[in-house]
Amino acid sequence: MWDYLKLAVLGLVVVVAAVAASMARDLAYLVHMLVIILAAGITFFWIIRRIGEPVQVASQNEYMDGPVRYGVVATALWGVVGFLVGVVIAAQLTWPQLNFEWAQGYLNFGRLRPLHTSAVIFAFGGNALIASAFYVVQRTSAARLWGGGLAWFVFWGYQLFIVMAATGYVLGSSQGNEYAEPEWLTDLWLTIVWVAFLLVFMGTIIKRREPHIYVANWFYMAFIITVAMLHLVNNLAIPVSVFGSKSVPVWSGVQSAMIQWWYGHNAVGFFLTAGFLGMMYYFIPKQAERPVYSYKLSIMHFWALIFLYIWAGPHHLHYTALPDWAQTLGMTFSIMLWMPSWGGMINGLMTLSGAWDKLRTDPIIRMMVVSVGFYGMATFEGPMMSIKTVNSLSHYTDWTIGHVHSGALGWNGMITFGMLYYLVPKLWQRQGLYSLSLVSWHFWLATIGIVLYAASMWVTGIMEGLMWREVDAQGFLVNSFADTVAAKFPMYVVRTLGGVLFLAGAVIMCYNLWKTVTSSPERKPARAAAAVPAE
Amino acid sequence: MGILDHHKKIETHATLLLVLSFLVVTIGGIVQIVPLFYLENTIEKVEGMRPYSPLEIKGREIYLREGCYVCHSQMIRPMRDEVERYGHYSLAAESMYDHPFQWGSKRTGPDLARLGGRYSDDWHVQHMISPQAVVPESIMPSYGFMMNRALTQADAEHVRDIMRVYRVLGHPYTDEMMDNAVSDFFAQADEFGDPVADRYPGAQQRSFDGQEGVVTEMDAIIAYMQMLGTLVDFDTFVPDASR
Repeated sequence: MWDYLKLAVLGLVVVVAAVAASMARDLAYLVHMLVIILAAGITFFWIIRRIGEPVQVASQNEYMDGPVRYGVVATALWGVVGFLVGVVIAAQLTWPQLNFEWAQGYLNFGRLRPLHTSAVIFAFGGNALIASAFYVVQRTSAARLWGGGLAWFVFWGYQLFIVMAATGYVLGSSQGNEYAEPEWLTDLWLTIVWVAFLLVFMGTIIKRREPHIYVANWFYMAFIITVAMLHLVNNLAIPVSVFGSKSVPVWSGVQSAMIQWWYGHNAVGFFLTAGFLGMMYYFIPKQAERPVYSYKLSIMHFWALIFLYIWAGPHHLHYTALPDWAQTLGMTFSIMLWMPSWGGMINGLMTLSGAWDKLRTDPIIRMMVVSVGFYGMATFEGPMMSIKTVNSLSHYTDWTIGHVHSGALGWNGMITFGMLYYLVPKLWQRQGLYSLSLVSWHFWLATIGIVLYAASMWVTGIMEGLMWREVDAQGFLVNSFADTVAAKFPMYVVRTLGGVLFLAGAVIMCYNLWKTVTSSPERKPARAAAAVPAE
Repeated sequence: MGILDHHKKIETHATLLLVLSFLVVTIGGIVQIVPLFYLENTIEKVEGMRPYSPLEIKGREIYLREGCYVCHSQMIRPMRDEVERYGHYSLAAESMYDHPFQWGSKRTGPDLARLGGRYSDDWHVQHMISPQAVVPESIMPSYGFMMNRALTQADAEHVRDIMRVYRVLGHPYTDEMMDNAVSDFFAQADEFGDPVADRYPGAQQRSFDGQEGVVTEMDAIIAYMQMLGTLVDFDTFVPDASR
């Protein structure tokens, strides 16, 4: 009965999307409708083929690891895609001829850059967060994922969101808000998927068999609910036509700026920090086989972090037309944020007390520790750059780009790699990774890549900041803008090289994980009832 | 550490933890965002701001579509070098009709807040076709394809639909502006067309891309670039010290 209802809904979706496709007012909308028809059609036939077959009732004593396995694969693949686009656009900035004539209007830097940021943050990071949240919440609650097939809906629905966002950018459908480029239709779909994610996560926690909710889950929970709030408020928009991708955001001018950076900075704060701290709080203690260093510290830094982070947005708007009082608030809270951020770093690093020797023998722990190290560096650099005097130099320059990448490549990338290396043998019942020496290769390629990236961006950022403001004895500006662009060329080559190294490391990881699944010796599967909670 | 012992109540109750986290993360946003909608000095009172003309809207749409904002800011800060290089610092009032704002966050290319009138149309056409032909050091991609993309009646009607939404959001478009939106769209790219400046004071009207008889995306993007930062009359502007 339930299956027939699903079929009816999917059939309706196909028909409505087909009608909408025939009425489409722009190419991006047309392609989105075709993608929806394809997705709904495939699901339709998949359900039809299974009707009448005996239903296998999953045991409540077993973890639901299917979506986690798919999520792990998606994380690795989207990671490579996102890094690859990053290398391409870094090369475009170095050699503008790479904005090819034949691809004009589709693959110019301006369209590929949102593709890169979204692929890395939302596709790579998002999949890593969803997969790890599903894995961690089951283990720490000693319960199977709530909601039956809903977790599968979250996984596939999220991939559909990624495909719609990516095709939208290339076909020129953009809302014009950094990191919130997808248009109304894609935004609505993400909202539905996100609510399902929240339901699965909360449902699993509510039926947990552990009295206490493990600290990792506090962070995941705060991340999910806050991202929902940010996404909804920042993307409020009125569609120009239901048959076109274009919408008009309701916020304008100075309010739009404030709301956008309230969203933008907390995409960093909650998506890339709180969520990934949840990851850290599970996988580092597991891999190090030590308990979390301090329970009290985790309580204090959790509440302080989520309270303070949300205020930090205006530091992206120093000296702009945003009123001074808001800028000052943003700077003050950004500086205070340094403390809870380092609370997380200390808790992660000190978890290794008594296990530091593993740094020599275990490249996965090495990756995780370097990741937390980069987190500490980035969360020191951030508050420093939010000081108005520093910001007057650093704003609008490559320094910001370098800062973001030492956080994204160093912290988010490395902790995710560590998580993948930890999870793959467990999820596919293997005794261990295919090759630890390839993990070492990945570690060094990635680390050197990040160092080249960050160092070259510090140099160009500070250099261009100083060149812009340089005046001669008569008080005239010394450098034209074009001079500063030309001066950055060598560092842009170095940055591209750093990106290539980081990408190469990720490709090696994919090979290693693939060989782990296909040719490492097998191990017995785990059961929820037998599992020992992490607390 | 007595107070932390009470944390047990929160961390053993899923809904309580969720609701408390949510309350904690709402505070900052409420304090920083809500006053911007009612504090009177948030947006300066200035002479000259008007909503965009139809062709300028199309130009701005192209600006968003191509992701120009990822490399160009439209926000001049009040530092000496910026004012020297780009002109008077930007006011909040100047982006009051921007949905969303286009202040940008990065200057891979120069700031564009006061680009209007700085270069000739011809310079812009050459620069868009091949940036390196006019600025050898430039790393900007070329956008020559805009010369060949003629704008149609459907494009004009789409812009009118956008204006309708703007009007819902409070932009002062009059009935007369709405009725003439489609014809104004084409007229602005024709020197001898019906004068658009009657409805949009200060609007510039000519064939921006030099191709007579056809209105292209190049016309629209240059019309937009040539009006950037030109509206506010700074002779009558008095800064508010308390802002």
